[in-house]
Amino acid sequence: MRRRPIFLATLTWAYVVWSLVPVLVAIQFSFNDGKSRSAWQGFSTQWYVGGSGSVAEDPSLRLALTNTLILAVLTTLIATPLGVAMALGLSRWKGRTSRAANGLMLLPLATPEIVMGSALYLVFTNLYLFVPLGLPAQVLGHVTFSVSYVVVIVRSRLASIGSDYEDAARDLGCNRLQALRLILLPLLSPAIFAGAMIVFASSMDDFVISAFLSPDASTATVPIKLYTAVRNAPTPALNALATLLLAASALALILAWLVLRRRTGTKALEQMASF
Amino acid sequence: MTRRGRTGLWAALAAPGTLWILALFAVPFYAVAAVAFGYTDPVFNSPVPEWDPRYWDFTAFGEILSRSISGDLRPVFLRTLLYVLLALAICVLVGYPVAYYLARHAGRRRGLLLALILAPWWVNYITRMLAWLNLLQDDGYVNDLLLLTRLVEEPVQWLSGRPVTVVLALVYGYIPFFIVPLFSSLDRIDERLLEAARDLGCSGRRAFWHVTLPLSRSGLMTAGAITALPMFGDYYTNTLVSGSPKTTMVANQIELYLLGGNRKEIGASLVLLMSALLMVLMAYYLVASRRAEEATA
Repeated sequence: MRRRPIFLATLTWAYVVWSLVPVLVAIQFSFNDGKSRSAWQGFSTQWYVGGSGSVAEDPSLRLALTNTLILAVLTTLIATPLGVAMALGLSRWKGRTSRAANGLMLLPLATPEIVMGSALYLVFTNLYLFVPLGLPAQVLGHVTFSVSYVVVIVRSRLASIGSDYEDAARDLGCNRLQALRLILLPLLSPAIFAGAMIVFASSMDDFVISAFLSPDASTATVPIKLYTAVRNAPTPALNALATLLLAASALALILAWLVLRRRTGTKALEQMASF
Repeated sequence: MTRRGRTGLWAALAAPGTLWILALFAVPFYAVAAVAFGYTDPVFNSPVPEWDPRYWDFTAFGEILSRSISGDLRPVFLRTLLYVLLALAICVLVGYPVAYYLARHAGRRRGLLLALILAPWWVNYITRMLAWLNLLQDDGYVNDLLLLTRLVEEPVQWLSGRPVTVVLALVYGYIPFFIVPLFSSLDRIDERLLEAARDLGCSGRRAFWHVTLPLSRSGLMTAGAITALPMFGDYYTNTLVSGSPKTTMVANQIELYLLGGNRKEIGASLVLLMSALLMVLMAYYLVASRRAEEATA
């Protein structure tokens, strides 16, 4: 009989409390019935809709929210197909060029964001002058760090599928492209969907790349808005904005988890942890 | 079908993504070098990138090097290193037991606990810092609690340039990224090895020191690299919770020179220097993640 590790259990639950309670308190204050972000004055939704300076009324907060959503949708639409194709290609294509492409694909994952942000900022202001800073540059930047996520997720699913189904389809007379379209893509669809949702959430959450590629307030995303507004007269509307962002990315990830769980059972969380 | 035709389809599928990363990752990195080693336009007094390596001018980079080795940037580099090492040490002290408990002893509650530990990963980083800004106000909950328990006599001004606040904020920000990869490596350790150690007469403690800890070493290193890389490149945490020049880190200087003024060649040189210093960590991370992918495949 093993002793129950009381110390470890206490530490773990204390850690969980410490890591989540501040965020819960911040959400709580988005519903404060007053201007304070540190003293509770009763429940209200005035900082979401209705009150002056609420997310719905303040044009700069609304703009940040739409900027964020447009950026995340465009990033997802471009990065997902690009990443899926790259995962398929890299997993089947063997050779020296393929190995080089593989290493190149992993590099953005290992590069600190400030390095990538600086590099993108300098290339758009010195070389790719036809891409203006703001939404176009931000989309290109976000796709660049997102493609690798999709590749990693799709490729791990590809490895677990193996090549048997594809070979069977080929024996039954499919050509390579048909086998890909009729067999492989449907089998991959949960992983592709999960990848897309993860790209969506990480695009919404990104601060550094967006900030380096944002020339002025008109292209601020929610994280940029939170970052800049906190220093001049913040109100609970800021907490409301943060809460909305949190809700949106939570939704995307819960969807990803549900779809992964249908295919892989209870291991879905562990799988998401390994991304 | 010919062999060339077979690889053709796969190469064609991989090509767009590869070209994308070449054009928007490799070329931008070259642009950093071009700006860092460029020259200053004498008329407009603005930096001009030099794309041809034969004409590179290393004045700005030399200036950065000498300032980093013996000048005003030396304390900034040392401070950055100190903060990151302290934050990493706390990550190990808190994160290892948590990951260990989750992998070994969580039992029925494992799913719930894993979800709770993953949750902060997906709460926006700035939001999580914002949450602490609320709590750490002079009249915030943290000071209320400290005053109530009589641990302090008067409110602590947490947000006015205190190194301890910056280090703890870094820990809070990045510890989820430390715990999760460490958990997956601890989780992969074969339970039978521990049973064998016990059968051979090891106490639980000795089994931990001689079996679990050595087997989790590579997981620990990977988790450390994953956490240290963004910490070294972090400037926003510092700006949010301190904002004082007393706690400036390297990334703050990069942001300042690149986005703040017109000495972009200095900022670009700093980016190059930092990348060179972080190269070892990045290479380790790449090799480790490659190995992990092969292990799961």
